[in-house]
Amino acid sequence: MSLFRTCPDSGFYFHKSAESLMKANAVAAAVSLLVAGVLALGVVLTRWQEVHLLDASTFYMVLTAHGINALIFWIIFFEIAILYFASSTLLRCRLAAPRWAWTAFILMLVGAIMNNVAVFQGNSSVMMTSYVPMQAEPHFYLGLILFAVGALIGIFVFFGTLVIAKDENTYEGSVPLVTFGGVTAAIIAVFTIAGGAIILVPTFLWSVGYISHIDAQMYRVVWWVLGHSSQQVNVATHVAVWYLIAGVVFGARPMSEKVSRAAYLLYIFFLQLACAHHILVDPGISSEWKVFNTSYAMYLAVLASMIHGLTVPGAIEVAQREKGYTKGLFEWLRKAPWGNPVFSGMFISLVTFGFIGGITGVVMGTEQINLIIHNTIYVPAHFHATVVTGTTMAFMSLTYLLIPALFRRKVFMPTMAKLQPFVFGGGMVIMILFLLGAGTMGVSRRHWDMDFTGALLNFEYAGIAYTMVAIGSIGGVLAIVGGAMYLLVTVGSLLFGEKLEPSAGFLQSFGKPLDASCYRSGDAGRALAAPKPVEEHGSAGFEAPGTFALALLLLVTFIVYYFINWKYLASVWQLG
Amino acid sequence: MTSYLPPSDRIWWKVPVGREEVVWIALALTWCLIMFLMMPYWHIYGKQNLSNEAYQTTPAKFGSRVEDMIKAHKVSEEKGIPVVHPPAGSDVYMLGRLWQWWPILELEKDKSYRLHLSSMDWQHGFSIQPINVNLQVIPGYEMVITVTPDKAGEYGVVCNEYCGIGHHTMLGKIYVKE
Repeated sequence: MSLFRTCPDSGFYFHKSAESLMKANAVAAAVSLLVAGVLALGVVLTRWQEVHLLDASTFYMVLTAHGINALIFWIIFFEIAILYFASSTLLRCRLAAPRWAWTAFILMLVGAIMNNVAVFQGNSSVMMTSYVPMQAEPHFYLGLILFAVGALIGIFVFFGTLVIAKDENTYEGSVPLVTFGGVTAAIIAVFTIAGGAIILVPTFLWSVGYISHIDAQMYRVVWWVLGHSSQQVNVATHVAVWYLIAGVVFGARPMSEKVSRAAYLLYIFFLQLACAHHILVDPGISSEWKVFNTSYAMYLAVLASMIHGLTVPGAIEVAQREKGYTKGLFEWLRKAPWGNPVFSGMFISLVTFGFIGGITGVVMGTEQINLIIHNTIYVPAHFHATVVTGTTMAFMSLTYLLIPALFRRKVFMPTMAKLQPFVFGGGMVIMILFLLGAGTMGVSRRHWDMDFTGALLNFEYAGIAYTMVAIGSIGGVLAIVGGAMYLLVTVGSLLFGEKLEPSAGFLQSFGKPLDASCYRSGDAGRALAAPKPVEEHGSAGFEAPGTFALALLLLVTFIVYYFINWKYLASVWQLG
Repeated sequence: MTSYLPPSDRIWWKVPVGREEVVWIALALTWCLIMFLMMPYWHIYGKQNLSNEAYQTTPAKFGSRVEDMIKAHKVSEEKGIPVVHPPAGSDVYMLGRLWQWWPILELEKDKSYRLHLSSMDWQHGFSIQPINVNLQVIPGYEMVITVTPDKAGEYGVVCNEYCGIGHHTMLGKIYVKE
């Protein structure tokens, strides 16, 4: 039996060990997403004040479990699968140390289960952040530590695979841009996990009684080294997924390797103490430290995302224009394969991440503006635009590509798959926008009751805040339906999907057939080995005028929204 | 070639960059610099800033200073919680504990007060509503911030840092009088 197989439709190489590992990690990810999604229903239906489903203690437990399963287990299992793909598959080489990779998987699995058990036993409703001195059961922390150790091993398997590929000359020149994105994510992940170890190991020891005291402020500073950097891992990974999908669906080449890679490098250099964003209204930390570390004097990590925001759709536009979609500014976009969830999901991810997640993130990460946003429901609204419509949507789109390429199954219920990104993305966007609104009205995050039942004193939010939370909740329910559709399609494809014959042309499963050049059928190996000569870059005119117009729209939105928030800040009590 | 293949131009770093990328990077970087400069600008010219005044403390120490203030300036009681009217311009204290903001403060409009905040136990979130000003309250640390209420009325103090099962019942009050 050969150690490798070539996907006859995509031309991707799969090393047998890597393939099983990718499948295992992807399945574990999907199961985590299922758990997170069911829990999300409890969260949404409780925050919706008119429904108010769960009692307080169940709500806080469910919210803790939702956060951890969605933000840690779903995303990181999937990221490990992506790292194996970006190394072994894209570099066409064997995976380093598959046994270690299985060890990693098992550790992650055990850790995830242990943590969930701790939470559902009921004495560890401490939220994902587990701020001390509130204490969880020891196995809550131990589960997270085991999971992190597993993830770290997986990352080193990825690095090892890069070494093997280089050593065995499986590719020429530099690694592909997508792999470069994976390297970026992996480097940041090492830093992230180191930060996590520094804070979670002592906290675990404290929970079993070996350490008497953990300083609450120090905990926040170091915990967010883990908490914030891990979001940059997500960004680096989902940007790599955007590039990958642009390449697979459109045959798009990066507008400039130099610019895209430099932007990735900026992520590594300029995010490291971004924990600052989370402690802007804390005592004990100076403004100089906060202002500098929230921005590094010039927001270069933000700049990097703004660059990718131009170059990813720009690459698609150039590829589409080469195919003849040249009318006006936006024919390339109108005639894009919107019925293909691989593309539609990816593009919704790109737009919502930039316009909503990115802008709100930078605005609330501004030292003084954070005063009117910190810990309101604006915060979860923001990060649902980054990790849900951004990262999760990107991973979902990639799944629709992996079902045929990796699992060799035809997509089950293609119509549902076609609609899924719009239902999920649409619901999420409704939820996000209305919760952003509710946040500016002061509605608190992680809070069971807007009516403050049982409080000695009383306070009433404006009626409009209730309406906003209610509409946001309806959006949330819609998004959960979209998430269920994703799992139905995914699990359905694996269980009941028709096995694919060679050269089934899988991308044609979704409505509009694509040009043959978009995917590699037939002799994939030859196609990969004999790349076309590179096209000239940097012509006098704009290669992607439509994308540039969209980018300018983003910038104008950004500027207007930024100053609206300053204006709002200027209207509150004087503080100093 | 495409994004998932090695660049076909081996010396990709010498390939010139397209015009829209150059223009975009210049615009974006300019904007990033403006956003950075807004923060120091606001520290100099803006009226809403953090003071950066903070001290390490202990629950016992902070608690006794709160009680001293209550003893000296208590004017009434509401549901068992003392209402305190300290002199304008003075140091005022509020502590957070499971699950209560203590005491209720009565301030005067357009007067400045040095507000001291700390926690007796877990972390809490000091969130004045409806103006929506939010500060993190951490045990062992005492934050001091000068506040100048500019509108009379009744303000709620919501706890917006999760602090356990009674979190949603943790509600305080500040009255601002004409």
